[in-house]
Amino acid sequence: MDKSAREAYVSFNNVQKSYDGVNLVVKDLKLDVQRGEFMTMLGPSGSGKTTCLMMLAGFETATSGDIILDGDAINDVPPWKRDIGIVFQNYALFPHMTVQENLAYPMQVRKVSKSDIEDRVKKALGMVQLDGFAGRRPGQLSGGQQQRVAVARALVFEPKLVLMDEPLGALDRQLREQMQYEIKHIHENLGVTVVYVTHDQAEALTMSNRVCVFDDGVVQQVAAPNILYEQPDNAFVAQFIGENNTFLATVKEKNGDQCVAQVDTGETLTALAINIGQSETKTTLSLRPERVTINPNAGEFKNVVSGKVKELIYLGDHIRTRLELCGQDNFIVKVQNAARHSHLLEGETVQVGWHIEDCRALDAL
Amino acid sequence: MATVQQPIIIDGRPLKEQLARAERRKKYVAFAMVLPLLLFILITFAIPIGSMLFRSVDNPRMITLAPQLTAELSEWDGQDMPPEEVFEAAVKDFKLAAEAGTLGRIATRVNYSMAGARSLIVKSKRKFKNVTEGPYREVMIKADKRWGELDTWKTLKKVSVPYTPVYFLNAIDRDLDGDGNIVKQPSEKRIYVKLFVRTLWIALLVTVLTLILGYPIAYLISTQPPRISNLLIIMVLLPFWTSLLVRTTSWIVLLQTQGVLNDLMVWMGVISDDGRIQMIYNLQGTLIAMTQILLPFMVLPMYSVMKTIPLSELRASQSLGANPFITFFRIFLPRSIPGIGAGGLLVFVVSVGYYITPALVGGAKGQMISNQIAFHMKSSLNWGLAAALGTILLVGVLVLYWLYDKVVGIDKMKLG
Repeated sequence: MDKSAREAYVSFNNVQKSYDGVNLVVKDLKLDVQRGEFMTMLGPSGSGKTTCLMMLAGFETATSGDIILDGDAINDVPPWKRDIGIVFQNYALFPHMTVQENLAYPMQVRKVSKSDIEDRVKKALGMVQLDGFAGRRPGQLSGGQQQRVAVARALVFEPKLVLMDEPLGALDRQLREQMQYEIKHIHENLGVTVVYVTHDQAEALTMSNRVCVFDDGVVQQVAAPNILYEQPDNAFVAQFIGENNTFLATVKEKNGDQCVAQVDTGETLTALAINIGQSETKTTLSLRPERVTINPNAGEFKNVVSGKVKELIYLGDHIRTRLELCGQDNFIVKVQNAARHSHLLEGETVQVGWHIEDCRALDAL
Repeated sequence: MATVQQPIIIDGRPLKEQLARAERRKKYVAFAMVLPLLLFILITFAIPIGSMLFRSVDNPRMITLAPQLTAELSEWDGQDMPPEEVFEAAVKDFKLAAEAGTLGRIATRVNYSMAGARSLIVKSKRKFKNVTEGPYREVMIKADKRWGELDTWKTLKKVSVPYTPVYFLNAIDRDLDGDGNIVKQPSEKRIYVKLFVRTLWIALLVTVLTLILGYPIAYLISTQPPRISNLLIIMVLLPFWTSLLVRTTSWIVLLQTQGVLNDLMVWMGVISDDGRIQMIYNLQGTLIAMTQILLPFMVLPMYSVMKTIPLSELRASQSLGANPFITFFRIFLPRSIPGIGAGGLLVFVVSVGYYITPALVGGAKGQMISNQIAFHMKSSLNWGLAAALGTILLVGVLVLYWLYDKVVGIDKMKLG
């Protein structure tokens, strides 16, 4: 990629935000979004992600720091001059206007000519597959249709940036998944820059180019979905994204990028040293359930421990197996329901093993 | 397949019948629960209003108090002087009425339609006392020569019918002449149409004033956090907890020529001591006091509607490029119209029938139609006219309500 494309399109430079003058809701935020990128801010509620979005939109002011959009600091630009389209959580369509009027609104206030407005509204409705709904009022549309109108309205005036604040939260599961793909495709087709806020990690992984994980007003990790899942930087991200087995252990020895750690019951495990302190400090070992092999061949894995099967849950494509090992009884293994999978019994004692590369030693929670 | 569905039978009874039995008990209980309210409304509201509507056309007094005269007058064609039988009936009825002590009531009734009739009848009564035989016509004309005039008898015939449109005609400054034609009242008696117009005008002005003053207050309250908005609502409601009479009289204290406001302006040198401004006992006084008293009726419905306009819609409008000014006119104002409609209708309807405040601070120029209705109820005792005025007011309000429904739509109205 050439240099200009790598230059940040939206950036938060050391942004802080406090509502009460005592607590910081957003702490020293540094975040760059590239032109044309789909960036998701992911985090539990109260983590500061929506506040960041509102600062970007101009409805909240940053207590300190700069927010840059397309090369200009926009801290002092009022919302109506920022040229940012927003899809709100409850859609915020104007109920006293028809779909046509809702979509024409941003162009009318910009004094676009009437024929241009008509063309663009028509095109936008086509984009969200709502041709023929122009004369309806929002109240006469289903939740999914209102959602599409809201997306079309945020895009129709060709804004510099589109923000989406948990836009799919009110839809049922099936519709939500369908809308995720539709929004993703619209983003791909238009090449518009999107900043998306959600607390649903599956949604974040499905749609984004990159995900920014928030907790307690601090960015925990910014990475592409696969990196975030496979190589979490810290215990919070590992826990928050996907399912995860963790052991609390003590660091014994550090060898280059690997380390040896001892769990409380005495077993020693080898893991990648990602985010640990000195010897004898605590660490969280993190391991994805699908990377564990039951009853491995001798010598296949460095890490092999024995465990007792506590519970088997049949889920069709895989069997969710709960084991007791290394002193904790909620170690999960996903056993694929493949042709030659091993049939386990509750109460049975088995050997489990995993690669060093799949086990990451992170900060102690 | 054309199978006839068999009714389901349970315990030897069709399901439908059983359902009806089960539901009937519920209905009885529900009806019994609303019965006290139903009776209360019927006795204190529906019956009085019905009786008022009826009274505006009912005219029973002459028929019950002077039955012979009424019967004879109804046979008379009303073209030429009435025959001897009418005079005879008149003398006999007046004598009987005088003995029963009801002649005064007859005189009052005739007086509504003919000025001076009261004194005519009372004066004649004394002269009829010893008359026992005819010719009655000469006796009457001797007693007072007005008995010899055709118009007197036409008036008597007019007031002796059981149902009369005269009260309604009077209420719109019209009357029936002797020949049964609708004519305008003499100009000095034409007051009611002017008064109706003034009443509507005052109500409209009060509505507009409360809207102008109340809209920003309602907006302010709706945008504040709950702690402050509750305090502000209490302040809006505070006048409600004070007696209407106290509030009205405090306006007198403030606004009269020797009152607080005039004293203050004289002291500040804005006006001279001789140039004190008359701010009360006129239209202005009525307007000021009524606007202040009715303001909460405007603020509360508007507030309850504005409260429901989501902040995200206003933010959406701004994010789409509309500055706060455009956002207000294109989003907030249209969304608050149901509240304006509800508040406006409420204030208008209440002020159309306002009584105490104009009576106290209105002077002559600030009187409304209710004051005339009260006058006819309490002082002139012309209940028929009072009922007719009240009926017109009621119908007028209903027409306005209907118009509002046609133009704005009653389903758009929201009281909270």
